[in-house]
Amino acid sequence: MENIENNIIEKKELHTEIVAHLAEPHQHKDAIASKMGMWLFLFTELLLFGGLFLLYMAYRLQYSQDFVIAAQDLNIVLGTTNTIFLLTSSLTMALSIAAIQRGKKVLSITLLVSTIGFALAFMVVKYFEWTAKFHHGIAPGAQELMNKPNGEIIFYGMYFSMTGLHALHVIVGAIILVFMLVFLLRNKITKYDYIKLENAGLYWHLVDLIWIFLFPLFYLIH
Amino acid sequence: MEKVEHKEHLINYGTYVLIWLSLISLTVLTVAVAGVDLKKIALFVALFIAAIKSTLVILYFMHIKFDDAIFKVFFFVALATLASIFILTSFDVFFR
Repeated sequence: MENIENNIIEKKELHTEIVAHLAEPHQHKDAIASKMGMWLFLFTELLLFGGLFLLYMAYRLQYSQDFVIAAQDLNIVLGTTNTIFLLTSSLTMALSIAAIQRGKKVLSITLLVSTIGFALAFMVVKYFEWTAKFHHGIAPGAQELMNKPNGEIIFYGMYFSMTGLHALHVIVGAIILVFMLVFLLRNKITKYDYIKLENAGLYWHLVDLIWIFLFPLFYLIH
Repeated sequence: MEKVEHKEHLINYGTYVLIWLSLISLTVLTVAVAGVDLKKIALFVALFIAAIKSTLVILYFMHIKFDDAIFKVFFFVALATLASIFILTSFDVFFR
């Protein structure tokens, strides 16, 4: 009888211990799993854009002449400038992670701020590019565009939807990077725990990766 | 607090700058080549350069090259899926 009572008391103690442990702030972290989750998410993004690229391929085969004519109106200088902005932002992003890995907080912050700066520069160029198009009557659903041949309408339909979706990713990416900046300033991202910054970096590089294909497919058709 | 594993491969600042320089040069190249009349192969040249650029970004900036093998497997499965979707669809589009 005493034995059973003792047993019950022991079990109760164990139970309280476990509950106390669970109530503790969770300190265990798994950087590898965290990064794995990010990559899985990036693959869904890849398939999202992949579907649009697939549609582009089919339409380009069907309307290759119209695509060439329509692409003449895109500004190659602005497109190239934006490509360079994004590539450089990818460099500063990678360097920002390299800096925090070495414990250089100020350098990391400086590089992250310049990454956000390049993202904004990209959006400013995009703004001027699109407003110029709108002034020339090339806008989704605009009458002037609708009077053009089918292939040209489709070209601009794809242009606005694909670069538009990409631009949305740039905006979301820039917002994520602002959060990372706050984390860095508050020492939530440190030399010993920088997986947040790394994952944000992966997202940012994906945005760059998609633009690497968008640029030649829309701007450089002759 | 659990100790964070530190087998992470540190890449030099210089390596990143070198990759960036290659990316910029390839961009200049693809714009220059676009001005040349390459007829049918123009698209393939542009896509080939884009493929090299994305390989550099994935291997170094996204450091797949230095990650565990499982990440490489992940990536190839995703790439193979995307590639098979493209190849199968193109059969339909080309031979319709």
